[in-house]
Amino acid sequence: MMRGLPARIALAIVFAALVLSPLFIKQLAARRAEAKTRLNAETALARHGFYLQEVSRAAGVNFVHQAPTLDQRLNHIMPQVASMGAAVSIVDFDRDGWPDIYVTTSKEGAKNALYRNMHDGTFKDVAEEMGIADVNRPGTGVSMGAVWGDYDNDGYEDLLLIKWGKPELFHNDAGHGFTRVTDQAGLPPWINANTALWFDYDGDGLLDFFIGGYYSEDVDLWHLKTTKMMPDSFEYAKNGGRKYLFHNLGNGRFQEVSDKAGINSRRWALAAAAADLRGTGHPDLFIANDYGVSELYFNDGKQFHDAGEETGVGFAPKSGMNASFGDILNQGRYAVYVSNISEDGVLIQGNNLWMPREGTSGNNLQYENLARDFGVELGGWSFGAQFGDLNNDGLLDLYLTNGYVSLDRDRDYWYDFSKIAGGHSTIISDAKNWPAMEGRSLSGYQTKHVWLNDGSGKFIDVAQAVGVTDTYDGRAVALVDLWNRGVLDVVVANQRGPLLIYKNTVTPENKWIEVALEGTASNRSAIGAEVTVFWNGQQQVQEVSGGCGFAAQNQRRLHFGLGTTSQVDAVVIRWPSGKTQTLEKPALDEIHKVKEPS
Amino acid sequence: MSQQSVPLAARTSQALLWRRFFSPENRYLAPMFITCILVVGHLSFGILESYWKTGIAIVSSLLTELILGRLFVGKWPNLASAYITGISVGILVRSPAFWPYAICAIVSIMSKYVLRVKGHHIWNPSNFGISVLLFLAPETVASLSIQWGNYLLPMVVIWILGSIIIWRVRRFHITGTYVACFVVFAFLRSYLTGSPWQSEIAPITGPMYQLFIFFMITDPKTTVRSKLWQCVVVAIVALVEMILRLSQVVYAPFYALFLVGPAAMLIQIWMDSRRASPAAPLRAAA
Repeated sequence: MMRGLPARIALAIVFAALVLSPLFIKQLAARRAEAKTRLNAETALARHGFYLQEVSRAAGVNFVHQAPTLDQRLNHIMPQVASMGAAVSIVDFDRDGWPDIYVTTSKEGAKNALYRNMHDGTFKDVAEEMGIADVNRPGTGVSMGAVWGDYDNDGYEDLLLIKWGKPELFHNDAGHGFTRVTDQAGLPPWINANTALWFDYDGDGLLDFFIGGYYSEDVDLWHLKTTKMMPDSFEYAKNGGRKYLFHNLGNGRFQEVSDKAGINSRRWALAAAAADLRGTGHPDLFIANDYGVSELYFNDGKQFHDAGEETGVGFAPKSGMNASFGDILNQGRYAVYVSNISEDGVLIQGNNLWMPREGTSGNNLQYENLARDFGVELGGWSFGAQFGDLNNDGLLDLYLTNGYVSLDRDRDYWYDFSKIAGGHSTIISDAKNWPAMEGRSLSGYQTKHVWLNDGSGKFIDVAQAVGVTDTYDGRAVALVDLWNRGVLDVVVANQRGPLLIYKNTVTPENKWIEVALEGTASNRSAIGAEVTVFWNGQQQVQEVSGGCGFAAQNQRRLHFGLGTTSQVDAVVIRWPSGKTQTLEKPALDEIHKVKEPS
Repeated sequence: MSQQSVPLAARTSQALLWRRFFSPENRYLAPMFITCILVVGHLSFGILESYWKTGIAIVSSLLTELILGRLFVGKWPNLASAYITGISVGILVRSPAFWPYAICAIVSIMSKYVLRVKGHHIWNPSNFGISVLLFLAPETVASLSIQWGNYLLPMVVIWILGSIIIWRVRRFHITGTYVACFVVFAFLRSYLTGSPWQSEIAPITGPMYQLFIFFMITDPKTTVRSKLWQCVVVAIVALVEMILRLSQVVYAPFYALFLVGPAAMLIQIWMDSRRASPAAPLRAAA
């Protein structure tokens, strides 16, 4: 038995060291953070292979998102309720080969913008003349997001606009204007939606679409029947909006089939993405839900099967706000990135990077959350994120935007938020029980994250170093080669903030190719086509997406960075129809336009 | 007679068994209760961060107790209290990292062996560990801040079961006093700040408070002896918590107990020593 003074002193020293160990760990983290200081363009280019420069004004884009003013009974918490609606989607609406930008605002009566690419580094807002600007009229709700897909295979991308209100479908009239076809299409009168995507879930060559409800569809946020419309739990809420799956009947009409197809959920959906995760040829559906677990639906071509719990993604509830896929280890398999909330000292949910577990595939597919191991876990109050090779080194990087409500810098709402969040459902589900925000911030003024993939399972945050220094309340992120230069630029939509365009400059040694697909037997947008590029003994798979991230849609064509390779061995395309096509040794540094063989 | 007396005897022995089970001497009652909460909470609502993290907290706690007990007390200790500490840390600590679970559990148990005054440890172990970690590592650690499901039933069941157990182990007056004070102070805060009273009451309806109320503030080793003073001390805990809440301190209950609990223990130890000291000269004279 050790009862002597030396033993006691030794014990006390060990104890003191352990008590103080969090400070040492913090010190280490701070040292790492010091490496995140801003670099000039040349140094960033030399060190990281790229830098980003915000050019929205120079590009003629002066768009500022405006938030809605909802029922006055929500006035005391208006900033946090009216905290979404800044969305961005990329489309080449006039088929001129240059990507255009559609961006939403959410103030009643305010107008959305369609920025036509003028090919000279500038953009011009043509939404008004095209007929898709004035879509936030009082009484019809306000915009929350937009996704593009060619539902009638006429070669022109059509617009699905989701709102807290009446969803709208606009037919693209050969790039000369848009016709509202909502009523013919059979869309419901009201959905409080925050996510939607196009996909051909049944492989019939016609694009279908999914819409995820947030608030229940019987809630009119401008004319509340009751203030009991908030989530009934912060982590297990099931009183949100329903889900919709619209099957394309082929004559401009859609049939709502979610119930028949097996998608029944009233979780609070904020983000959805679809990709063939099991190699079945059918797109599976991932839904990131606020106030609850994520959902993963396996698709057998007709029916969806809830596989959230068995795959591991649907057990621990968090505040899902993003869903994006990326083959981050060049293994031919997708990781799924889901953003959540982390606030020092209050709530450390951590974002999820769901990696396919070794040895699992097909119907036995399982995921494990490796966000911490990969270094992409803590991102503040995280919203939209996208994978893309920002420096063309052959590895997918990750851009994450964040920040919830930036108001008074010196006063914050977290104490009151945490107080109510811990309460029982009967208390938190009623907005009148929520303490007033009184101009306080809630996870405001946050710095963004640009995580560079080092290829060995680690991501390094270089946001400040490469020029991403804004602190707006970021919502949607879209990656796009805006000026056909073979680099991914970044467009960010901010809540109550400006649309930012980060123009990318990449070291010229790194090669790239882009693949622009057009379906024939498959849907013409080629959404769901999977492209695998083989080079230098590596492979990377990407899939054409009909909407992913948070309230966002990347460019339709796929961009592959290749590092300093001198050739690509092959590009293998698996079309949604099931056909495969191989391009042998395609030229580097080119956009390859590929039509599905008949 | 025998036909009637056998069932009667069986009933009596059954009643005795139950009474013994729910007696203050049953050291395993509290561990069983907290295990029940953990299992039901996790199977129903997935309350745990992960099995591994909770496992790390429990194992770290048990191992530390075993090693320190053996080294510094000279015998293998009863592990019931260390188990409660480990499981409390596993439930209450929320962190994406693994290390906080181990550090918190180890520091909690070590505090019993290091921070002693006249043979008594003065902090509730898990309260000490969690408070230290929340204060020093806010960028990595938070505390449980959610509800267990949408339903009233699990909460009511835990409250009833917890109250019965706490009453049987003769500590319900502590829990009752604290709850009453919290409610009164919640209305007072609501009056002072203008916040809806429901939002001030809200925290106590969450699971964090269930653990706080049933396990932390009632810890026999770190509460004063007199029943009356136990009530007074816990009322002061609630008062200090209110003051901290008015300053918007998120983890007010933990910090309030961290501050008030040891102070009360120190006063008791000081009074004990004062009472004992007049006898010393007599003994010396004898």
